[in-house]
Amino acid sequence: MQKAKLILVGNGMAGVRTLEELLKLAPDLYDITVYGAEPHGNYNRILLSPVLAGEMKLPEIMLNDVGWYAQHGITLHTGRRIVRIDRPRRTVVADDGSEERYDRLLLATGSTPVMLPIPGHDLPGVLAYRDIADTEAMIAASARGGRAVVIGAGLLGLEAANGLKARGMEVTVVHLAPWIMERQLDKTAADMLQASLEARGLAFLLEKQTVELAKGPKKSGGRVAAVRFADGSEIPADLVVMAIGIRPNTKLAEEAGLHCNRGIVVNDTLQTYDPRIYAVGECVAHRGTAYGLVAPLFEQGKVAANHLAEFGIARYSGSAVSTKLKVTGIDVFSAGDFIGGADDDEIVLADKRGGVYKKLVLRDNRIVGAVLYGDTADSNWYFQLMKEKKCVGPIRDRLMLGQSHSGAGHEGKNRAAELPDDFEVCGCNGVKKITIVKAIKEKGLFTLEEVRRHTKASGSCGSCTGLVEQILASAVGGAYQPVAAEKKPLCGCTDYTHEEVRKAIVDNRLLTIPEAMRFLEWRTPNGCPSCRPALNYYLLCAWPQEYKDDPQSRFINERVHANIQKDGTYSVVPRMYGGVTSPAELKRIAEVAEKYAVPTVKVTGGQRIDLLGVKKEDLPAIWADLGMPSGYAYSKGLRTVKTCVGSEWCRFGVQDSTNMGIDLERDLERLWTPHKTKLGVSGCPRNCAEATIKDVGVIGVESGWEIYVGGNGGIKTEVAQFLCKVKTREEVLEVTGAFLQLYREEARYLDRTVHWLGRVGLDSVKRRVVDDAEGRRALYARLKAALAVEKDPWAERAAGREAGEFKAVKLFAKDSVSGEGNERLAESLSA
Amino acid sequence: MNDWLKVCPLEDIPRLGAKVVSTDKADIAVFRNAEDEVFAVDDRCPHKGGQLSQGIVFDRRVSCPLHGMTVHLDSGKAQAPDEGCTHKYRVRVDKGVVFLNLG
Ligand code: SRM
Ligand SMILES: Cc1cc2nc3c(=O)[nH]c(=O)nc-3n(C[C@H](O)[C@H](O)[C@H](O)COP(=O)(O)OP(=O)(O)OC[C@H]3O[C@@H](n4cnc5c(N)ncnc54)[C@H](O)[C@@H]3O)c2cc1C
Ligand code: SF4
Ligand code: FES
Repeated sequence: MQKAKLILVGNGMAGVRTLEELLKLAPDLYDITVYGAEPHGNYNRILLSPVLAGEMKLPEIMLNDVGWYAQHGITLHTGRRIVRIDRPRRTVVADDGSEERYDRLLLATGSTPVMLPIPGHDLPGVLAYRDIADTEAMIAASARGGRAVVIGAGLLGLEAANGLKARGMEVTVVHLAPWIMERQLDKTAADMLQASLEARGLAFLLEKQTVELAKGPKKSGGRVAAVRFADGSEIPADLVVMAIGIRPNTKLAEEAGLHCNRGIVVNDTLQTYDPRIYAVGECVAHRGTAYGLVAPLFEQGKVAANHLAEFGIARYSGSAVSTKLKVTGIDVFSAGDFIGGADDDEIVLADKRGGVYKKLVLRDNRIVGAVLYGDTADSNWYFQLMKEKKCVGPIRDRLMLGQSHSGAGHEGKNRAAELPDDFEVCGCNGVKKITIVKAIKEKGLFTLEEVRRHTKASGSCGSCTGLVEQILASAVGGAYQPVAAEKKPLCGCTDYTHEEVRKAIVDNRLLTIPEAMRFLEWRTPNGCPSCRPALNYYLLCAWPQEYKDDPQSRFINERVHANIQKDGTYSVVPRMYGGVTSPAELKRIAEVAEKYAVPTVKVTGGQRIDLLGVKKEDLPAIWADLGMPSGYAYSKGLRTVKTCVGSEWCRFGVQDSTNMGIDLERDLERLWTPHKTKLGVSGCPRNCAEATIKDVGVIGVESGWEIYVGGNGGIKTEVAQFLCKVKTREEVLEVTGAFLQLYREEARYLDRTVHWLGRVGLDSVKRRVVDDAEGRRALYARLKAALAVEKDPWAERAAGREAGEFKAVKLFAKDSVSGEGNERLAESLSA
Repeated sequence: MNDWLKVCPLEDIPRLGAKVVSTDKADIAVFRNAEDEVFAVDDRCPHKGGQLSQGIVFDRRVSCPLHGMTVHLDSGKAQAPDEGCTHKYRVRVDKGVVFLNLG
């Protein structure tokens, strides 16, 4: 069968990225042809600025050389412009008269620089700043030295001015507005930026309207010689660069009768008004917005590719954008509504002499805009908070000090750019900064996912994610934008988010993993190690009675109910409710340890005893001999309830924390949760059970119990937040149970309570668990129903369940002495 | 010469699971995927020797239980960009019984 024909018009960043995404999804679906007006492969346009400034060379900025197209069977026509689309006949016509038929057409024609329509705009020596040809022309012109005038003090204009200055020209920047980069900066930041650019030797003329470019004498070749302004003044110029803006390149589409309105109008699937024609990139207007930065264009490409691949599930709903100026040594960042309205709050830090200015605009305790000058180390963090619309109320007073002072801890290790090359960024995988930077440069990586795949950095515990993102941002400049967590797909097998998957499971009564995968059009036959355990948990949580647990979708620890060790042995941790044991229990543990020659017996940080180094085949027998319930020390489930001695013995104790802890542990044991869950109960505010760094912490006070939630003592220490105060033991059980059930039903798989709370906010949880008594009881009832069907896994396995899992087959090669008993395949087969 | 040794009935290996076969030389992991294809490789991850038999099986791959490296079962090779390889054995199913060739 002949493949469908896909033609891409515009060999630039957005178009080719779309092809890359498409090849990942459906490598063989189309016969692909690419037309590009420029005589090059696809290059990283963003890096033209460092090339102009002499910091990089052209070959370094190629993203896809011609070999890449050949390797993927793509026909590439460089230096050929498409001049007409014949929609009825479904063909495109190129400037050399050739014509080609398409089944699907992808338009990615980018934009064209706006040139002021003033006299002299077409003189030799007047340039725009868009492509390699412009950059080469500027480099050539600067070689002659002289004076350059850049019209427009936006991002592009300033980068051009900086580059020309670095190449030895005398540079004046002319701008119409009262301050530079007025679309990205407030006046204070702009003034500081201007001052530091002036210190580098750039000159500025603000509020100047250019009316004419004057020609020099004949002998100079009729090149541009001066710039004239509306006020009658003029300045000399040997080179003029216009950088006043860009206009989506819609000519081709418009002439073909496609609806355009400040861009080729597309819907959320990046389709134009002609369903056979898709469009992505700067040439597009989506919901009225045309983007001029690559991050949103890459998102568009991903969605367009999904539809071209006939998956038909992704949607593009617009992007929040941020900008960074790429002038080495000057850090400027801007995002969102950085001016703010009358009702908004502003947090400002201004140290003019120190060259640092930061402004955050807050609306209802959420960041809606930011301008940073001089210190942009926290820009990604602020931008992430802004995109996720996270409530920053609790950290408002420390917000300005940055992520490392916000209590965000480890993740916020800052100043990626200043770290030495051999700094170990990812402790889990031993990845140094230089390795990451190299991979980004050499392999052309743009996203966190890609860096993870290639270097493993942040692929394990994830605590260094923030740092890796910063390194990525400093290495690829504005091209990097973190993905909003809201829209993150569950894993590479699907485009649906955790929430969408959970909802589909409930709404459509999906009862098995294969059923869920089929319904949600999973891309892979049986998922991956990320989605299978998540689906298993979601199904279990949604249908506790009906769902049959899938052991093969559980991590080994949960499959065999013991924790795998580095040498392949296991650890066994029996439950010791509230950390309380008895001589009889201790004797049994001691006997088992001796009988099975357990190499290490250790008291854990969770107030119980760990038998380490047990062989897998011994596990069922050990459980049988111990006769104690499983401590679930390996589970995404209820682990321990730590307690202190409390009022029974302690001279300060005001409540019986030990028995409260035991009751909680008995009430909740065998509970599966999105991540592990740990509780602590202290008998007085001295808090010897460290209850305030537990998922649920209960602290006895004179008049009852205080309940805290969302604590975490692990990778990033988080102090639990006060949820409510109650009087009785029954209330403690009900509130705790209801809180955990809500966590079970709402959190994403592998979210600890603190991460989930960070997203939904403590207030929403309070409303449902504390204020709404009926809702609380219903939650608690659902929790009890789920627990009612859980049996002790060790008791079941000691009784023979899944015995096969624990036995290996013994087999010996034919020449070994003990090999005689081995059966061989029938002679007939081997022939 | 007949080098095919009987391992166990195919049923004894769970779908998307594995069975450890101990021989005098090494432990071998015999896998069964969703399509009932079987694969056999040394039960040692090329990374730090993790027992691949204990990993999560998907497609024709397994993810190592220790640090999550993915190994292709049909070649024994680590999935790019990781590098490394674990020894692969010939294995076949005949009338519902799994046979392994150590040669
Ligand atoms: C045995 C124990 C250490 C000890 O000897 O004391 C332990 C051992 C392990 N911890 Fe832990 N943790 C132990 C108490 C803790 C504590 C302290 C506590 O519970 O009071 C913490 C901090 C409190 C917390 O979780 O909030 C703790 C925070 C972690 C973390 C970080 C969790 C986080 O969300 O940041 C991990 C990694 C993970 O879960 O992904 C981890 C993971 C592990 C694992 C399971 C790693 C693994 O997956 O193989 C370790 C298993 C070792 C092994 O080979 O068996 N362990 N771990 C403790 C068992 C307690 C128990 O009786 O169940
Ligand atoms: C100097 C500079 C610095 C920048 N810095 C940043 C930055 O720091 N961060 C950031 O996010 N963005 C930056 N950008 C913007 C970024 O480069 C663009 O957003 C991005 O390249 C747009 O991608 P695109 O595919 O839509 O268009 P382009 O990359 O422009 O690709 C369009 C291609 O289509 C070709 N074409 C047009 N019409 C036709 C036709 N009819 N037939 C055949 N081919 C045609 C064009 O020649 C062009 O090669 C910068 C841009 C410039 C110029
Ligand atoms: S801190 Fe926990 S995870 Fe780390 S080595 Fe100790 S037991 Fe293992
Ligand atoms: S031992 Fe297999 S991934 Fe480390």
